[in-house]
Amino acid sequence: MRTLWDRWHIPIMLTPTLAVIIFLFIGGLGYGTLVSLGWQPLIGRTEISLDAYTNILFSEQYSSVFWQGLLLTIWVSFASTFLGAALALATALLLRRTFIGKRFATFLYQLNLPVPHVVAAIGILFLFSQSGLISRTGAQFGIFGGPSDFPIVVRDKYGIGIILSFVWKEVPFVGVIVLAVLQSLGADYEDLARSLGANRWQRFRYVILPLVMPGLLSGSILVFAFTFGSYEVPAILGVRFPRTLTVTAVRFFRDPDLNSRTEGMAISIIISIIVFFLVLGYMWLSRRAIRKD
Amino acid sequence: MAALSSSIYRPTFSKRLARVAHYCAVVLLIFLLLTPLIAFFFNAFSFRWFYPQLFPNELSMRAWQSIVASNSKVPEALLNSTILAVGVTLSSVVIGLPASRALGLYSFRGKRVIEFLILSPTIVPGIAVAMGLNINFIRWGLSGNILGVGLVHLVPVMPYVVLTMSGVFANYNPDYEQQARSLGAGPLATFWYVTFPAIFPGIVVASLFAYLISWSQYILTFLIGAGQVITMPVLLFSTASGSNNALTAAMSLVFVAPSILILILTARYLSGKSSAVGGFGQL
Repeated sequence: MRTLWDRWHIPIMLTPTLAVIIFLFIGGLGYGTLVSLGWQPLIGRTEISLDAYTNILFSEQYSSVFWQGLLLTIWVSFASTFLGAALALATALLLRRTFIGKRFATFLYQLNLPVPHVVAAIGILFLFSQSGLISRTGAQFGIFGGPSDFPIVVRDKYGIGIILSFVWKEVPFVGVIVLAVLQSLGADYEDLARSLGANRWQRFRYVILPLVMPGLLSGSILVFAFTFGSYEVPAILGVRFPRTLTVTAVRFFRDPDLNSRTEGMAISIIISIIVFFLVLGYMWLSRRAIRKD
Repeated sequence: MAALSSSIYRPTFSKRLARVAHYCAVVLLIFLLLTPLIAFFFNAFSFRWFYPQLFPNELSMRAWQSIVASNSKVPEALLNSTILAVGVTLSSVVIGLPASRALGLYSFRGKRVIEFLILSPTIVPGIAVAMGLNINFIRWGLSGNILGVGLVHLVPVMPYVVLTMSGVFANYNPDYEQQARSLGAGPLATFWYVTFPAIFPGIVVASLFAYLISWSQYILTFLIGAGQVITMPVLLFSTASGSNNALTAAMSLVFVAPSILILILTARYLSGKSSAVGGFGQL
């Protein structure tokens, strides 16, 4: 008994977690892939085919919905990841200095971390819609005569509102990670660089940036993968055309016609494949960049 | 050296200017981050808030009254969300605890693969998993009920629970358990008096993330719950597609308040360095 436990304790300890991952995560993805290949025994379809994929990618009916949606999704997730990461770094540097009220400011900075994306999207709507708070503020100063004077930035076809919402959520998230790295480093490295004659820009470029880069990159990988596959924000802040891929996938999937489930499933498998390879490539590139520094 | 220079430090004019500029930048940053939240308070108490008015001229409790009204779905949604979040939190910690210990304490063949497997749900979008499970869950009677929804919530939750707790086990010395055992403590007593206190901070952070991820989950609940399981995010999403801004805002505040409160209560266990803060990226 004792030796059996000694031999098998690691697999036994891993079993409950792996069971969840294998049955629910791998199982869900695997079964989903089968469905996307046309396998729906419940409605009597048991032959395997790539019809759904060719339909989505090339058919006249769906291809523009897919390709335009893909472009929008890529634009939105790249733009919000880069903008968010840059602002996160800038704001972390701002909050890192010693000043009176620093603790309180840092607390307020983190206040939106637990705010779910559904709520974030609604907040952006309240602020940036044509009759929103910003438009009203402008009207007070006579900049806008009425709601229609305010530019359309939410529910717009370039996804500006979606990007704003993601950036708002992402800045404190990545910022907290960067801030923690900066605080654990202290000022020693910079003092050393300063005593060696490095100016402000050089200290940032050659001391701070390489040190915070790993945290910045790993935070933004999570953000990128999340924004690419996120549903609520583009569903609330998006337009009818183009729609992001996730919104299109869910629409297909919820269609009363059970056959279009296959298309919906195929789109979400395509999303997963794209995210997987983009994240892999991103990790490879970022590792190379860090090594170079 | 640094202390010496600061004791004879007298700010020059340009240094003072830089300090003022820094303050202005911090205030601006906090203002920008908080305005979306402030907008909720404006809306929640507004009534007939016509266009150019910056502040609502008529304040009203209408939205709050309809939240507590007898035909309101908010109480049901709050109850469902709470049952789900508590259930998911407890079960994810119990399920993840042994694996976290194995990953934190031991090195073994295939460890990297196991870690990759456990972390992969953080990268793959939830909709693909939920759509795939949806059909099977219908067949197994797990679609449209709270148990099925809770099971699916485990998928995004497990990586963060295991990540947090394995981090704690990495700095844990299991020899104390041996000592307790040799002094006559049983396995349960050893866990309760030795292991549990040592890993408690990790359990708090893991629970925080499990709760937050489950509490704010919309699309998995929507796809598996099939309109039968009304949680706060589901209710809020459908309210937001209507045009009652006051109600949407009030409901949002009810929805967010517990999360902010719990974050404040557990903040001292959180440090940005713990890799689990990644969980915030899933909300």
